[in-house]
Amino acid sequence: MAKQYETVIGLEVHVELATKTKIFCGCSTEFGGAPNTHTCPVCTGMPGSLPVLNKQVVEYAMAIGLASNCKITQVCKFDRKNYFYPDNPQNYQISQLYLPIARDGYLEIESGGLKKKVCIHEMHMEEDAGKLVHDEWDDTSLVDYNRSGVPLVEIVSEPDMRSAEEVISYLEKLRMMIQYLGASDCKLQEGSMRADVNLSVREAGSETLGTRTEMKNLNSFKAIARAIEGERERQIELLEEGKPVIQETRRWDDNKEHSYAMRSKEDAQDYRYFPEPDLVPIVISDEWIAEIKSRQPELRSEKLERYKAEFDIPQYDAEIITESKRMADIFEAATAVCKKPKKVANWLMVETLRLLKEHNMEPEDIRFSPENLGKLVELTEAGTINSSVAKEVFEKIFTDNINPEKYVEENGLKTVNDEGAMKAAIEKAIADNPKSVEDYLGGKEKAIGFLVGQVMKAMKGKANPGMVNQMLKEALQEH
Amino acid sequence: MKNKITDEVIDYVGILAKLELSPAEKEAAKSDMEKMLDYIDTLNELDTEGITPMSHVFPVNNVFREDIVTNGNNREAILSNAPLRKDDSFEVPKTIG
Amino acid sequence: MDILSLTALQLGKAIKEREASAADAVRAVLDRVKEVEPEVNSYVTLDEEGAFQQAEEVQRLIEAGEFTGPLAGVPVAVKDNICIEGQLTTCGSRILSNFKPVYTAEAVLNLKKAGAVVIGKTNMDEFAMGSTTETSYYGSTKNPHNLNHVPGGSSGGSCAAVAARECYYALGSDTGGSIRQPSSFCGVVGLKPTYGTVSRYGLVAYGSSLDQIGPVAKDVPDCAAILEIISSHDTKDSTSVKRKNYHFTEALTEDVKGLKIGIPRDYMGKGLDKEVEEAVRKAAKVLEENGAIVEEFDLSLVQYAIPAYYVIASAEASSNLERFDGVKYGYRTADYRDLHNMYKKTRSEGFGAEVKRRIMLGSFVLSSGYYDAYYLKALRTKALIKQAFDRAFEKYDVILGPTAPSTAPELGKSLTDPMKMYLGDIYTVAVNLAGLPAMSVPVGKDSRGLPIGIQLIGNSFQEKTLLRAAYMYECATEKWHETSANIGKEAQENGKTI
Ligand SMILES: [Mg+2]
Ligand SMILES: [Zn+2]
Repeated sequence: MAKQYETVIGLEVHVELATKTKIFCGCSTEFGGAPNTHTCPVCTGMPGSLPVLNKQVVEYAMAIGLASNCKITQVCKFDRKNYFYPDNPQNYQISQLYLPIARDGYLEIESGGLKKKVCIHEMHMEEDAGKLVHDEWDDTSLVDYNRSGVPLVEIVSEPDMRSAEEVISYLEKLRMMIQYLGASDCKLQEGSMRADVNLSVREAGSETLGTRTEMKNLNSFKAIARAIEGERERQIELLEEGKPVIQETRRWDDNKEHSYAMRSKEDAQDYRYFPEPDLVPIVISDEWIAEIKSRQPELRSEKLERYKAEFDIPQYDAEIITESKRMADIFEAATAVCKKPKKVANWLMVETLRLLKEHNMEPEDIRFSPENLGKLVELTEAGTINSSVAKEVFEKIFTDNINPEKYVEENGLKTVNDEGAMKAAIEKAIADNPKSVEDYLGGKEKAIGFLVGQVMKAMKGKANPGMVNQMLKEALQEH
Repeated sequence: MKNKITDEVIDYVGILAKLELSPAEKEAAKSDMEKMLDYIDTLNELDTEGITPMSHVFPVNNVFREDIVTNGNNREAILSNAPLRKDDSFEVPKTIG
Repeated sequence: MDILSLTALQLGKAIKEREASAADAVRAVLDRVKEVEPEVNSYVTLDEEGAFQQAEEVQRLIEAGEFTGPLAGVPVAVKDNICIEGQLTTCGSRILSNFKPVYTAEAVLNLKKAGAVVIGKTNMDEFAMGSTTETSYYGSTKNPHNLNHVPGGSSGGSCAAVAARECYYALGSDTGGSIRQPSSFCGVVGLKPTYGTVSRYGLVAYGSSLDQIGPVAKDVPDCAAILEIISSHDTKDSTSVKRKNYHFTEALTEDVKGLKIGIPRDYMGKGLDKEVEEAVRKAAKVLEENGAIVEEFDLSLVQYAIPAYYVIASAEASSNLERFDGVKYGYRTADYRDLHNMYKKTRSEGFGAEVKRRIMLGSFVLSSGYYDAYYLKALRTKALIKQAFDRAFEKYDVILGPTAPSTAPELGKSLTDPMKMYLGDIYTVAVNLAGLPAMSVPVGKDSRGLPIGIQLIGNSFQEKTLLRAAYMYECATEKWHETSANIGKEAQENGKTI
């Protein structure tokens, strides 16, 4: 009988913090500038330059540490991690090894209907590296230091996860929490959230851990899930063949669905960490911790409860809306305009989610302003437009953030309540469709639907469907 | 010499430090390092039990910057010393094979 | 008036009183440089054109009443590991043979705000690693008092330039004695400030936790005036200390009554040259005669300072020098196969033997398995050394001893045995480990005509106490800068005696 194997997974998650400037210099962290335009002597490792720590980095890191139930290290320091690579201008990364800012936390996740704690070993602050662009023709690489020095926190979990599903659940929980804190936008595609997967397998029931590998270059939840599956199979295959798993760093190629060892004989993996002499210790007082706690924004569970109480929306709605901080923000802002929370919730849960899926977007990518959604709800509630027109207008809001009032006006989409025109259309519909009229009068109530459709068509969709229905029934009775 | 530095150690340190030593330099490096380490080993005469390693001499803590953008576009200055430049980037031998 | 014989303060005063101009001073200094530089080699780079331009601009601002400081218009030389925008900054190394910084060091900005005229960059041991200025890629500097001897190092170029009157004062840097030891060998006044007093922003790092920029001067008042100008609290340097008072010239009073001076017995015994020992005792006597209380005491741990220093300095250096890799600036090897080959060839060709030696040692002591045994042990020793100084300063205001065990060695005699060279730092390195201020003051010459210096060590932030003792000594004795180095025209006129 084939052996049963258990997968043991721990994650190292890097998150780019949402500061305006880099961790050690006054350069902008803005994404996507022309190469080397957000640089200075500090973040390009010029001789004689020195780092000065961005206070906001410490505060974001503390906020994340507290929200993930960590203990804050009240005397914390930076260390140098030494390794040569061109994206790392000093050839050392300023990071934390000995006294990281937070330790011993946990997040509660839900997977397969079960709740479970994933422990956080530690979390540290560090600087990001620059970007390398490879020129296939030239056999050269180009270095851009715009990202060099962008602040990161690295969150290191214990090896507490057992499946890709648990890993995704942990990552989603972490991402939601950090987004709620406003500490990062956590976009996997842009690299502002990145996960390295440490994975080993062992025979089911075994207490000892197997040899693990570390996988890098995972930039979507799908890639993470595929990489976990692929690496699990690779390791099991090795064990079944009686070969050892080598502890190494592997690079996941999502196109080839395969990982490759990254080792070379020039990489000794001996980082020679030592205390960074150019920075002084950070001493975090109880008062500072209390202040960060008091400034902590409302997290998801609190928001969920408040929505139910304050806006009187069902649990189900509140859960879906608070799943993303961006959605929740839109919900509150739109509701403030139209004062119709349930209606706004419906727009978000149905049409917004549909369009996001259709456009392959995340809630964070939403560009329309909540005020426009609020106005749209007002227009619909006042009967100014009918529901099918509203859907059409909403699509325009979603893609182009148009102002619905102006748009409806300019495109003549207002519901027509002109009784004369409607009567004429109804009479015409009855005259043109004797079969349907007969069916309806013969007891087939459903046949009225076709007639309503005909009237709406004649009215170019701008009639109030309730009114059409009402008037049509009356006309048919008189018929 | 109490400390013995092997060829392997010198090669390993060479990889860490990105230095390539000639055979003669290697021999000199071995003997220099052995002498220095023997000398450094005199520190073992000192009882440092319970002494906290001191990295900073003065109790200066919490030196911070505010999160305000102060630097503009320094591209030309930053690239002005580049040994090899291509367009607006530093050019290096290909980093992945 | 022999303009070259003036001190920096005297020249500053003469310029202010229109007895001389900044341009006169630049001309005199550059003539002198042309005369003696072929023999001394103090400079890596001279900025003749720039010096005259600065002189003109400074002169205008002095006359407009904008520059009122005591050193406005006075020519200064800057050690070649301190960045000046657009000016070659080599650190004495091949690897930076074409490097022009894109910004100026804070200490130099402070000089410029005070109206200084920078005339060039001075020679040094490669990346400040050495005690003789012989490890420079740009040739050795010679001791102006005897051209067959070294000027000391690593700030040998700065000290020789001041001693040879090739500038009025200079900036040096001191990681383990690199200002004090060459000052002692060249017969000039050099001061290493308390760690954090002068910004390190723009100083190319050797051992970051030990490095300090400091003044090299003809006499004590100049030294105080320069320190007053260059020290500042700099928000660009996280290790910069905000001090209560930067008015170091206030200490220039002829009064040492009641000042408690301790002479460590452990500094005066084995390994110390007899003539140096005598000179130190004589100098102590002068202070005692003027009212100081002088005692001998046991400082302890003296022999452990050098091994601890070499572990810490080499470890930090190995990391600090990683950035020199042929990617962003400086030298890159001509031919290479791939990235790692490019790194290795660039660095192996770009660095000299002593730098490689320390990078190898530093990488080793930090490598996995050795960190605790070497690096942490050294940091614990550093803590003990600091405690020993703390105890001494409970009893004494100043610690007095020799700056170096001997006077300047002959050229070519030191590098063959690096261990012996390292031992020459025995009295200076502990000061850097403990972050203390210390200065070297000339107190005479040995029988070969080579200068001797004493070292005064103070408690943290007590530069004024040092300056007060040094000033008293200087006032009570002859001013050594008035007997200039015997080179150039004077030497020919006097006949070469050495
Ligand atoms: Mg990391
Ligand atoms: Zn920058």
